[in-house]
This record gives sequence, C-alpha cells and structure tokens, in this order.
Amino acid sequence: MLDELDKNIIAIMQDEFPLVPEPYRAIADKLGISEDELLIRLNKYSQSKKIRKMGAVLRHREVGYSANALCAWIVPDERICEVGELFAKVAVVTHCYARVAQPGWPYNFYTMLHANTREQCNVIAKNLAEQAGLQDYIMLFSTKEWKKNSMQYFMNNNK
Amino acid sequence: MLTAFDKRLLNIIQTYLPFESRPFAAIAARLGAEESFVIERLRFLKEQGFIRRIGPFFDSSKLGYIGTLVALEVEPCAIPQVAAVINSEYGVTHNYERDGILNLWFTLFSHNMSEQNEVLKKIGNLAGVVRLINLPATQKFKISVQFTL
Repeated sequence: MLDELDKNIIAIMQDEFPLVPEPYRAIADKLGISEDELLIRLNKYSQSKKIRKMGAVLRHREVGYSANALCAWIVPDERICEVGELFAKVAVVTHCYARVAQPGWPYNFYTMLHANTREQCNVIAKNLAEQAGLQDYIMLFSTKEWKKNSMQYFMNNNK
Repeated sequence: MLTAFDKRLLNIIQTYLPFESRPFAAIAARLGAEESFVIERLRFLKEQGFIRRIGPFFDSSKLGYIGTLVALEVEPCAIPQVAAVINSEYGVTHNYERDGILNLWFTLFSHNMSEQNEVLKKIGNLAGVVRLINLPATQKFKISVQFTL
C-alpha cells in the first residue's frame, strides 16, 4: 500500500523535472527528505512496476510524426491475445488495447499509429491488417487536439 | 532543427534516465559528452517544445486509478462547449476531435467506478451530446510512446 510519503513523492514527480546536475537532491529538498530515501522509494516503484517508464516523452508533431490515427479493429474474441502480441511488436504502434465492444459500435480492439502523413498511417494499418488477416477496421484521424496532458496523480498531496 | 547530437540524446533519454544521484552524467557517459552539455541541450529541447515531459510515467491502474476511453457523437456546433466541460474534468488527460460519426474521444481516469459513472452521466447529458460510448479496456498489450529519431 502507498503511504502519505509515497503519495507526496508521486505527486511531486509530476512537476517539471529539474534540469540540474543533482535533480533528485532538489526534489528531496522540497519534500524534506534525504536524496537517498527518495531514490530508494523511486527504485521500489520501478521494481513493483508502478513506474512503467522513466525518461522523456517527445511532442510527436515536433519530431516529425505529425499524423496520428486511432485505429479501431474488430477482432474475434479468441484471437485477441495473438493479435495483441503481434501488433505490440510494431514500433509505430504506441498503444494497443482490447476494449469492450458496445451496441452499434462493434470495434473491440484499438491501436494508436504514428507517422508523418495520413497516407503512411493508412499503409501501416493496411500492413497490420494483412499480417493479422483482419478485414474490419476503421481509421479515426484526429482533427483537433482539445486537451493533452499527463495525469496529475494524488493532486491534493502536491501543494 | 535537431542536431545529430540532439537526436542521439533524445533516443537515449526516451528510455533511460536512471534513479541515481547524477542521472545526466550517466547519460553523458553513454554519449561521450560532458554532463553540463547534456543539461544545456535538454533545457533547449524542452524550451523549444521537442520534449513534452521528463520524469517517471506511472501505471495508473497500479496506483489505484480506473481508466477508460470514451467516444461521443456530438452535434458539430456544440463541440467547443462540450469539449470545454470535458477538459475541466481533472481525470481527463486526452481529448481529441476525430473524423467520423463519433467525433469526440477522451480518456478518463477516476478513483473508483462511481466517480467514473458520475462524470460520464454528466457529460452524456450535456446539450448537443447525441450518444456516449464507454470503451473500458479488457487487456493492455502495449503502452510505449517512443520515437526513433
């Protein structure tokens, strides 16, 4: 279970990461704990997979991936694991989830694809469909970004 | 424009930033560069908008949050108002207008199901919302946003 210090650490780690030689010391100072204690806890979250990645996320438009498509698929239930493992191996697939289909919306499998152009996204999806032997999918290109941020966990602990 | 060094740096830091006292020195060692130069370039890349965020990325479900993807059919003229209400929800991290009948898609994190239901009920009842489809995940195969430059 997470204690209050864990929640304080997780909350403060959502802030800008200090670009200084000893960033963890700067964060630990704010929390009023030692750098060692902070590093021990952060390593613990990594080991328990609470942290799935430590590093930078880029703005994909700025680094040349300006087209992004949510591609929704109809995958037979018994093939979901196999298709999920196949698509997860593809580098330009950044997210790959099975989801519950709904009345009037039969798509039960979702991938995010990134490329330079819509045409390239379409080619990628077509290749995935051929590899997996799937016919039914729909490309949902974004036309406007209304919001994009990272989740602010335990916001009330970060004052 | 990104220099060859910037690209190497970004390729490394997308997957490697260790939990140790001098993490940028560790990256610098891999690049054969000075720690101070790595920090200087990272400041520049952050300021210029190439880097969205540096830090740990948590598995929301392991922290006790419930996530879902929600698709809406919204009357086109009502999209700005509906999007504004969605954006004001603390647990909404992504909200995109997309091609097709279901024209507004957002991701929502909640502390529990009743909180999720409450938010979805509120949004589903907004003027201009024709249909709300909740698409909770049953299995996650990949979440890894990395771009090789």
